[in-house]
Amino acid sequence: MSTFWSWYVIAIVVFNLVGCAILLLANSRLSAEEARRDTTGHVFDGIEERNQPLPRWWLFLFVGTLLFSAAYLVLYPGLGNFAGTLSWTSEGQWQQEVDLATRESEPLFREYAKVPMEELIQYPEALAVGGRLFANHCAICHGSDARGARGYPNLTDNDWLYGGSPEAIRESIAAGRRGTMPPMMALIGNTDRDVRDMAIYVQSLSNPSMRDNSGFADSIQRAEPKFAMCAACHGADAKGNPVFGAPNLTDRIWLHSPRLADIETLIREGRSSHMPAHESVLSAEQIHVLTSYVYSLSQPASPEE
Amino acid sequence: MPASNAPPAYNYRAIRQFTLMTVVWGIVGMLVGVWIAAQLAWPALNFDIPWLSFGRLRPLHTNAVIFAFGGCALIGTSFYVVQRTCHTTLAFPRLAGFVFWGYQLVIVLAAITLPLGFTSAKEYAELEWPIDILLAVVWVAYAVVYFGTIARRKTSHIYVANWFYGAFIIAVALLHIVNSAAIPVSLTKSYSLYSGAIDAMVQWWYGHNAVGFFLTAGFLGMMYYYVPIQAQRPIYSYRLSIVHFWALIGVYMWAGPHHLHYSSLPDWVQSVGMVFSIVLLAPSWGGMINGVMTLSGAWDKLRTDPIIRFLIVALSFYGMSTFEGPMMSIKTVNALSHNTDWTIGHVHSGALGWVAMISMGALYVMVPRVFNRKQMYSIRWINLHFWLSTIGTVLYIAAMWVSGIMQGLMWRAVNNDGTLTYNFIQELAERQPFYLVRLLGGVLFFVGMLLMALNVYRTLREHRTDTGAYNLTAGE
Repeated sequence: MSTFWSWYVIAIVVFNLVGCAILLLANSRLSAEEARRDTTGHVFDGIEERNQPLPRWWLFLFVGTLLFSAAYLVLYPGLGNFAGTLSWTSEGQWQQEVDLATRESEPLFREYAKVPMEELIQYPEALAVGGRLFANHCAICHGSDARGARGYPNLTDNDWLYGGSPEAIRESIAAGRRGTMPPMMALIGNTDRDVRDMAIYVQSLSNPSMRDNSGFADSIQRAEPKFAMCAACHGADAKGNPVFGAPNLTDRIWLHSPRLADIETLIREGRSSHMPAHESVLSAEQIHVLTSYVYSLSQPASPEE
Repeated sequence: MPASNAPPAYNYRAIRQFTLMTVVWGIVGMLVGVWIAAQLAWPALNFDIPWLSFGRLRPLHTNAVIFAFGGCALIGTSFYVVQRTCHTTLAFPRLAGFVFWGYQLVIVLAAITLPLGFTSAKEYAELEWPIDILLAVVWVAYAVVYFGTIARRKTSHIYVANWFYGAFIIAVALLHIVNSAAIPVSLTKSYSLYSGAIDAMVQWWYGHNAVGFFLTAGFLGMMYYYVPIQAQRPIYSYRLSIVHFWALIGVYMWAGPHHLHYSSLPDWVQSVGMVFSIVLLAPSWGGMINGVMTLSGAWDKLRTDPIIRFLIVALSFYGMSTFEGPMMSIKTVNALSHNTDWTIGHVHSGALGWVAMISMGALYVMVPRVFNRKQMYSIRWINLHFWLSTIGTVLYIAAMWVSGIMQGLMWRAVNNDGTLTYNFIQELAERQPFYLVRLLGGVLFFVGMLLMALNVYRTLREHRTDTGAYNLTAGE
C-alpha cells in the first residue's frame, strides 16, 4: 500500500471512530429545555417521543467498545501500513501453530523412521499413526476404508498401477503420479462403430466368455488387430505397465467403470488422472510411516488383527 | 401552521397487495427452507434431480425469505408508515403499482432461474444480470414513491421510522448496483467486474450491509412504528433514536471484512472489520432499548396481547443476535465458528427471531386496518402462532449452536502425532441428530406461517367493518 493510501485509511478509520465519540459526548446530556418537557412535542399518527437521556450503561458500553478499538488498532495491524506494536500477522500465527505441532511430533516420527518400512507394519502403534495420516490426507479421495472410488484406486487389493513395493508406494505418495490415457478414437478408425468395437473387445479381455457370444464375434474380430495401438501402454498381453501406470485390462478390477458406454467415453475422450505430490505437505519421516500403513493394507496377514 | 385535523385519504392499494404477498412468499420461502433442512438430514431427498438439489434450492430459500417475504413486508409497511406518519397520501400511486408488479416479476424470475442453475454465484446476490437490472429499476421507482411521499409531508419533522426506512432504501440501491456490476457474456451468464480478494471484499461489503440495511435498518423502521402504535405508548427516547441511528449507519458500512477472517484479505482490512463490528454492538442495542423501553408503563400488555409478544420477543432475538454477531467477529472466536453451523444458527436467530417475528407482529397490526376490518379473525390463533414461532426458533438456533461448536472443536482437535483427531466424515456423522432438531424447529415455524395465512384469509372473509357496517367486498 502506498503512503498516500495508508494515510487515507488511517484518516477515515480515525475519523469514524472519533466521530462516534463526538456524537456520544454531544448527546450525553439533555438540554435544560428538554429536561423540562416529558415529550418532544412532535406527534406522528398519535406517536409521541419522550425526552429521556441516553441510558448510562449503554453510553459506557459504547465508550468501552471505542476504547477497545483504539487499543486494538495500536497493538494489531489495522491503521494502514502501521503493523501494530505486537507485529502480529495471521500468517505468523499459523506458522507458530504448525511449528509447535511439528516440534511435538518430530521425535516420535524420527524413531519410526529408523525401522524399515516392511518391518514397521509389525508395530500396531506406528500403523495407528499411519492410519490417522491416511485419514487426514488420503481418505478424501481413496475413502476412509481405502477401498477407493471411481477413478481412485482401491489400495487394499493387490492390483497396483505403479507397483506395490514399499519403495514404489513411497514414490507415489512423495512425488505424486500423473496417468494420461490419450483420446484414441482417431487412431482406431475414427467412427462410432470402431469405438464400440474396441470397447467390446476391452470388455472381453477380462470376460473371455464374451468370445463365445456370436453377437460380439464380429466386433471382437474387427477390434483385435487395432489393439496394437493400445498395446503401446497396456502391453501386448493387455496386462498393463507400471511405468505409465497403465491398468491391467485382463483382470476384473476396473479403475473407472466396466460399463460399455463408459469404456467408449474413455476411448473417445481419453483421461488424465492425478495423484498430488505430498513431499511439500508431509515430512520424509511422516511419508515413511504413511507408506508402511498403505503397504500393510494389502498384506495378507495384517498384524493389526 | 397548524395541520388540518381531517385525516388525509390514505392510499392502501399497494399496501394490501404487498401484505398478501408477504404471507404467500413467507409460506413458499419457509417451505423450501424446511425441504432443504430435510435434505441435509436425509441427502437422498434430492432424488438426483438437478433442480431439486441443495445447491440450487438453498439460494432459492434465502432469496425467497429475505427478498420476497422480507422485502414485501418492508415495502408494504413502509408505504403504510410513510403515509400515516407524514399525514399525507402516497405520492405517484401508479408508480407504486409498478413497484408492486415489478417486484413480483423479479421474485418469479428468481424462482424460475435459480432452480435452473442460472447464478452469478454471489451469495444473496445470485440473480443474473437482466434480473439485476430490472430490480434496480424497480428499486429506484420505490425510492421515488417513498421520498416523494416524504417530500409532501404535512408534519414539520420526519418521524424516526422514516429515517430507518429511508436509509434502507438508499443503501440497498447502492449495495445492489455496486456488487452486481458484471460483464455479461450471454443473456444468462455474466462475470463479476471485480476479481480475486477485491471481488470477495465487494461481495461481503454487500453481504454484511444487506444484513445491516435490509435486515436491520429496514425492520427497525418497522419496529419504530408498530411497537408504539400497538403499545399505545410514546417512544422511550428521542435522543437515543438519533444517536443510535447515525452510529448504526456510520459503522455498519465497515463490518464486512469479518466474513473473510484468516483469508487472503490483508490483515489490516480484517482488523478494521473486526474493530467496527465490535463498535456496532451499542448502536444495534440502541434500537432494542428504545423498542423494549417503549413498553414501560404498559408491561401488562405482554400478558394480554399476543401481538405485543411478537414485537417484544422479536426485539429480544434482535438484541441476542446483535450481541452474538460482534462476538463472532472477534478473530479468535471466528477461528472456531467460521464455516460451521454456528453461523447458520446466528443468521436464523436474526432471520426467524427478529425479521420474521417483527414482520408477523406488524402484519397482525396492519391487516385489519388496511382491509377495513374490526380486528384479526382469531386472537387465539395469533397466540398459538407466537408460541409455534418462538419454540421453533429456539429449537433451530439451539441445535445449530451445539452442532456448530461441536464441529469447530472436532475440526481443530489434534493428536500428539500432529494429525487431526477426526476426519470430516466422522464429524459429519455427529451432526445428524442436530439436523433433525433443526428440521423440527423449521417445521414448527412453517406451521405457524400457515396458521397466519388462514387467519388472514378468515379476517378478509369477515363481513363486519371498522364501523360495524356490512362489508360488500367480503366473500367475493
